[in-house]
Amino acid sequence: MATVRRARRWGRMAGHRLLVAAFAVLLAFPFYWMAITTFKQDADLYNRANNPFVFNAPPTLEHLRLLFFDTLYGRWLLNTGFVGLLVVAITLVLALPAAYSLARLTGRMGERLGIGIFLTYLVPPTLLFIPLSRVVANLGLQDSLWSLVVVYPTFTVPFSTWLLMGFFKSIPKELEEAARVDGCSRLSAFARVIVPISVSGILTAVIFTFTLVMQEFVYALTFISVASEQTVSVGVPIFLVRGDVYYWGSLMGACLLTSVPIAVLYNAFLDRFIAGFTVGAIR
Amino acid sequence: MEMETVGRDGVTARALRKGTARSLGDNDRWLGSLMIAPAIAYIAALVGLPFVLALYYSMSSATVGEQTLGFVGLSNFASILQSSIFRGALRNTFIFTIGSQVAVVVLANILARALRADFRGKWLVRFLILLPWVAPISLGTIGWKWIFDSIYSVINWTLQAVGLLEPGSWPMWLGEPKLAMISVILVHVWRMLPFATVVILAGLTSIPQEILDAAAVDGAGVLRRTFRIEMPLTLPIMIVALLFGVVFTFTDMTVIYVLTRGGPYDTTQVLASLAFFTGILGGDLAEGAAISLFLFPVLLAAAIALLKIARRAEVV
Repeated sequence: MATVRRARRWGRMAGHRLLVAAFAVLLAFPFYWMAITTFKQDADLYNRANNPFVFNAPPTLEHLRLLFFDTLYGRWLLNTGFVGLLVVAITLVLALPAAYSLARLTGRMGERLGIGIFLTYLVPPTLLFIPLSRVVANLGLQDSLWSLVVVYPTFTVPFSTWLLMGFFKSIPKELEEAARVDGCSRLSAFARVIVPISVSGILTAVIFTFTLVMQEFVYALTFISVASEQTVSVGVPIFLVRGDVYYWGSLMGACLLTSVPIAVLYNAFLDRFIAGFTVGAIR
Repeated sequence: MEMETVGRDGVTARALRKGTARSLGDNDRWLGSLMIAPAIAYIAALVGLPFVLALYYSMSSATVGEQTLGFVGLSNFASILQSSIFRGALRNTFIFTIGSQVAVVVLANILARALRADFRGKWLVRFLILLPWVAPISLGTIGWKWIFDSIYSVINWTLQAVGLLEPGSWPMWLGEPKLAMISVILVHVWRMLPFATVVILAGLTSIPQEILDAAAVDGAGVLRRTFRIEMPLTLPIMIVALLFGVVFTFTDMTVIYVLTRGGPYDTTQVLASLAFFTGILGGDLAEGAAISLFLFPVLLAAAIALLKIARRAEVV
């Protein structure tokens, strides 16, 4: 009896591990594929007789050399960093006060307004890109990174406002009240008490703003057609292809090197991100 | 000096505030509007205004070259509805959305349940499973483009190695209409599954343990527990995950643009990509705007549904 039960439990556990492993392997496979392609010699890569899962010839750094020295990859990374930093700054300037206002000052009206702001996050680039492309052209920002600096806050501000609002609501009101008893105005209580203790919430907003900027594709593709002014998420898939020739080794190297650091950052802050999405459906 | 002796309870503080609410920095109503005004103004200028502009373009004859906006009423809508490419794109958008979301909901429910238990190496599994969602989608998709390559597809190599594919045959994943649609759906499922899984997992872990214990005492088996207790209790959260999935899929053009550019022969063309080709690359602002406005009803429906769920959660 006992052995049967143990065998059954063991079987269930093995099944569970197998299921989890299968999902992990299938979901992560493209990244393994990027990694192995990055370091394979062309002669090994483009030979259907070879087993593609292993190195049939010694690994090489040639594709990465090409990527860093003969393509605009480095430039795209810098461009992305530039846009990211400016968008983060704009987002914080707009979202921090808005979130505080929604959390503390506007009452019932503010709740509706807060949901309204979150819903604007749902408005997709593909609904607005045609009129925005004219707005960008009229501002003289076509083919310039500044077009992205102006437009990206349309989705980072709503998301960060929502995220920070939740964070501010979780701070006890007594904290500000104590500060105000000590002679602070509401505004300086916000600046001197609330902002400093919200560093982790602000950091979350910063990380997500930055990753949203790195992931954005449609606006960058629409507004910018010059290769040297691209961000990494458009530059790599569109401008690393020369004519019809795909340099798969370098291409996969770029995907891998860009994706993994973002993935690590994102993972560390994921739980808050999900809490932002569940819109009160979990209490 | 005097203030410090007053004490820190809320009542005194409030009384105090009334007395000293002279400056703007202390008037809650003013300050509240002032602090939120910049964000609202920005959103009005760069989301609200462009949306109105899109409505306007869709009823005009605007092109990139011609800035004079002749008003043509609903004739753009009438003409795109007659276009077989547009009708195909509309159909493809629904196939793409429904196909991928059905798969995502089923798989995410399985995966979320598998991830509920604690096991060694869970952090690594979580990291691997989340990769498709957190990596920039255009880069993940170009990885798939290499996996689906017409000559060196690793899928075909593997299928042939295990004998599932006849020696001479070599399917063109992105070159044949049906396979191309399956491919773009597959990539989108790959991309959305982690997000749906994590959201559903959050719902599952929020079920109070007492309820599950009580069910176990009453002799409820796994199936009964899953369908009679967990499913109803996590229904709101599952709908939230689904609504976001629908919005992100219905309006997406990244996966399709990178993988197939809408081809072969427009068989994977969706509304968003068609709007891009017509309005941006083709320069026909009016028709492009009209096409992308067809995304709006679905967005509106999703937004209303989300609001209902949020309100119900508030009331309960």
